[in-house]
Amino acid sequence: VGVKCNIAFPWFGMDIGGTLVKLVYFEPKDITAEEEQEEVENLKSIRRYLTSNTAYGKTGIRDVHLQLQDLTLCGRTGNLHFIRFPTHDLPAFLQMGRNKHFSSLHTTLCATGGGAYKFESDFRTMADLQLHKLDELDCLIRGVLYIDSVVSSGPSECYYFENPTEPDRCVQKPYTLENPYPLLLVNIGSGVSILAVYSENNYKRVTGTSLGGGTFLGLCCLLTGCSTFEEALEMASLGESTRVDKLVRDIYGGDYERFGLPGWAVASSFGNMMSKEKRESVSKEDLARATLVTITNNIGSITRMCALNENIERVVFVGNFLRVNTLSMKLLAYAMDYWSKGQLKALFLRHEGYFGAVGALLELLHPS
Amino acid sequence: MAECSGIDSNPSSHTMDKSITLPPDEIFRNLENAKRFAIDIGGSLTKLAYYSTVQHKVAKVRSFDHTAKEAASDKLYEISVQEEVTARLHFIKFENAYIETCLDFIKDHLVNTETKVIKATGGGAHKFKELIERKLGLKVDKEDEMTCLIKGCNFVLKNIPHEAFVYAKHADSEFRFQTTNPDIFPYLLVNIGSGVSIVKVEAEDKFERIGGSSIGGGTFWGLGALLTKTKRFDELLQLASKGQHTNVDMLVKDIYGGSYGCLGLTGDLIASSFGKSATADKEFSKEDMAKSLLHMISNDIGQLACLYAKLHNLSRVYFGGFFIRGHPVTMHTITYSINFFTKGEVQALFLRHEGYLGAIGAFLKGAEEDNPNQYSWGENYAGSSGLMSVSPDMNPMQRARSGTFDMLEMDRLERQLVNLPLLQDPSSYIPDTVDLTEDALAREYWLYCFEEALDGVVKRAVASQPDMLEAALRAEKFRQKYRHKLQTLRHQPFAYGSLTVRSLLDTREHCLNEFNFPDPYSKIKQRENDVALKYYQKAVKSLEELSWEERQFALVRGVLAGNVFDWGAKAVSDVLESDPEFGFEEAKRQLEDCVVFLSERPWLVDSYNQWLERMKGPPHKCALFFVDNSGVDIILGVMPFVRELLSRGTEVVLASNSGPALNDVTNGELQILTERIAAMDPVIQAGLRDDRLMLVQSGSSSPCLDLSRLDKVLAMVVRERQTDLVIIEGMGRAIHTNYYAMLSCESLKMAVIKNSWLADRLGGKLFSVVFKYEVPAGKPSQDCETSTPS
Repeated sequence: VGVKCNIAFPWFGMDIGGTLVKLVYFEPKDITAEEEQEEVENLKSIRRYLTSNTAYGKTGIRDVHLQLQDLTLCGRTGNLHFIRFPTHDLPAFLQMGRNKHFSSLHTTLCATGGGAYKFESDFRTMADLQLHKLDELDCLIRGVLYIDSVVSSGPSECYYFENPTEPDRCVQKPYTLENPYPLLLVNIGSGVSILAVYSENNYKRVTGTSLGGGTFLGLCCLLTGCSTFEEALEMASLGESTRVDKLVRDIYGGDYERFGLPGWAVASSFGNMMSKEKRESVSKEDLARATLVTITNNIGSITRMCALNENIERVVFVGNFLRVNTLSMKLLAYAMDYWSKGQLKALFLRHEGYFGAVGALLELLHPS
Repeated sequence: MAECSGIDSNPSSHTMDKSITLPPDEIFRNLENAKRFAIDIGGSLTKLAYYSTVQHKVAKVRSFDHTAKEAASDKLYEISVQEEVTARLHFIKFENAYIETCLDFIKDHLVNTETKVIKATGGGAHKFKELIERKLGLKVDKEDEMTCLIKGCNFVLKNIPHEAFVYAKHADSEFRFQTTNPDIFPYLLVNIGSGVSIVKVEAEDKFERIGGSSIGGGTFWGLGALLTKTKRFDELLQLASKGQHTNVDMLVKDIYGGSYGCLGLTGDLIASSFGKSATADKEFSKEDMAKSLLHMISNDIGQLACLYAKLHNLSRVYFGGFFIRGHPVTMHTITYSINFFTKGEVQALFLRHEGYLGAIGAFLKGAEEDNPNQYSWGENYAGSSGLMSVSPDMNPMQRARSGTFDMLEMDRLERQLVNLPLLQDPSSYIPDTVDLTEDALAREYWLYCFEEALDGVVKRAVASQPDMLEAALRAEKFRQKYRHKLQTLRHQPFAYGSLTVRSLLDTREHCLNEFNFPDPYSKIKQRENDVALKYYQKAVKSLEELSWEERQFALVRGVLAGNVFDWGAKAVSDVLESDPEFGFEEAKRQLEDCVVFLSERPWLVDSYNQWLERMKGPPHKCALFFVDNSGVDIILGVMPFVRELLSRGTEVVLASNSGPALNDVTNGELQILTERIAAMDPVIQAGLRDDRLMLVQSGSSSPCLDLSRLDKVLAMVVRERQTDLVIIEGMGRAIHTNYYAMLSCESLKMAVIKNSWLADRLGGKLFSVVFKYEVPAGKPSQDCETSTPS
């Protein structure tokens, strides 16, 4: 990392997912006067545009709180910025690139995620840009390991919840991911991928599920009429899922002791909605909450089974489904701990959704 | 994340005509003698179980007293019809809307019972507790749902052949039935009620709920109702079957533009369920949303089931619960999911009687003192409705039929049935040669054949009871019932498991018994036996005059010629029937014309030379001979052959049917015949005396032979005597069944193909001969080991 490289600026890494485009941008802060003079106008304008704003258009957002200051990357010092916008706004992004003559910079645009393949020709035709396509899981793992290694000051990158089964005493605590292997990496985007990672270069995709963040938002939109993830989460935080779900105690009056099932456990997600009266008595907030709980618990179940099958005790959850979603994180922490009787530990990372993009950036600087 | 297969609220109960659409006495049969009730009340269906006794007529034979033999009659033995009481289990499934009507009916007809309690299970049991107690005056005794489910599951897996099946929507036959593996444990049962329970079953009373999921049938129903404003579960399934999930789901290709090649994820794979509906400004059709939901839930359950199967190293996974129950749509999506997640290593298995498991289990709980598990039970085809009899989404045109009743009846078999210990691989043994479920052409032919033969069977049935005036009426009822069965099978060939010639024959026997025609051929058999016996000594004498080698051939030819006398074969019965006076000589002459080419070798299948070589070697230790017809076949064909085996030092076990079927010789008849032969023939007499000739019953009452369901005593004898040769004779036992059966010892299958269609199929002509002598691979025949010819 310390070795200086001659890669021309700008340094970008991109991850084009099913729902969101994640962009990381390295802003050099050690530009010499000489460099400044040589720097073409186009490059300056891009740098200024990206670093002076926190919102781009109607939907682009720079996650300022995630920004990494004074990072030394490839012999250069600067800040790493984290930007996201919806995949459906990609045409506007390309238009911006075209207007700012991005293509004249002759840079390689490293991109991962399915969109790198799907939109490759759009990049070429609309913005005259050539994409360097990268595998998303390679990038993801590279990004996770890198970010965890460079974050030293400020809030810890990796954290967990202490006392996950006691809501009153449940607190977020830093965790050192020093000797991480083997670990189960669960990436919750629109869908979910579960990877067993044995070393930086040795991993396998164990399984995946289509019940992911996209399902939560998709169902919430249909059930409540909302249209954004933030809205859906806000509603979920106000709702009560037990009015929607049928619990063990709703069926057995209490715990189902014969099978060690506690009364509070969900027996049937949305099970109460089989009844017309109950359908009429629930609120949109209740439905949003039940959707969130259903999707989250299901990811928890599948993850737990994978951990058992692969004999791995540490699980790292990443992906944008967890962004500002403490509810789901605590649920996952609870589920891992409770159903494994304390055997499994759920870990989370602050830059939850950006690791693919970081991995893509690293690929630009250090081709593997 | 728990199970609840019952739904306490019942959104599906809709107003319905409360009158029973079938005459209830045809549904709740044998109620007069019913004892021991159990009931399983689910979210929409009630399953009632009871044990009853059935009185029906059986044919018995009794030898005339020998001391007065000349005086009594010129007949060999006397035939009598006796009343016999057997045990039967009745299971009836109906919609909850009928509960009250049904309880009233039961109360009115329940006369002889001393029963005080009714075992109950299912989520709806407590809701109807008061009603049941008030109506029937029985105390409701609740049993744990899961325990009942597992008990029921074990019971059907053990007792009903072709219980489990694989569902393949686009195959020639949607249902591929599994052969009965004698070892049913361990297995995984995934019960999809409103939630999902995953249970590992290791032994009869050893099971454990190893996991589950809250995303189950209730999620499909509840979420589906919210999304589509459709209330009923089966309407939701209907919607789903018409929808396009790709309009709602985000596929891999929606993200990648194509497939995600390096992970082997195809473009059509769902990346994110409902991923496309994450927008406020687009409308989605009910059908598409329902389909997407169905995929989401089925895939999720399939995935979890696979993860649990893998963790516990189980390959047999059965699916049940109301989400699955007879719905091709859900069976298809679950099957798809399992195939996807295990890459075909685990098959999703479904059960024909899945809906009855709880009721069966609850009943068994209540009957523990009678220890029903010590008996073998058999599905009664005459009294059972068969798979899909009332399935709502099989055919939407039949929706009105979901108001009718589905029945399962099981007879307690007199004997406990087990595998023939000499099967090479019991788990892969399939008795039947042709699966008519998969072979449409063959199905067409045989259904036609049985329909054609029906008049003749009815006539024969009436003629067998000349003294009974109402016989014609009963025979007519038999005709209607069997014809109805044939019609059902034409449309639903999978109704009773794989459709085979054997099952068609067995169904006919069950229907005949149902209407008290226990043995329509008893008198014919008697006459034939009588006549054939007169020729016995002459036949033996002429054989003894032959050289050893000539004799060996004559013996085989004798068995084959004798086997031509078969009332079950149309080509033969026409000749036999043509002479009302039963001119035996004339018929024999005509048939012999047909079998001239018995001498013309090579036969269609001909390993006679190998057999002859083997006969030159050391004698077998013990031969098990599955015999076929009465009369010429057994007396002039089989007995001389047996005599030869005995003479060369081989013990012989003659296995014959326990109960009558067509003109097959029954164990009762064979006892008498053998005694009479022994009186004429010192070799047979010595064999009986020295216990070197033994008569045992097969445990079957079928013209065919299922080597995986044989009398336990027979299996024991086979083992004790170190049987090293199995001889199977006749078309039913050696061609329709067991033609491909692999045994662990030497085997000889002999038959004359008395059906031109079948002969054609096998590449031969009418009356072609099959003589199949086989030595199991890797086992050198004994003449190679010890090469001293006698």
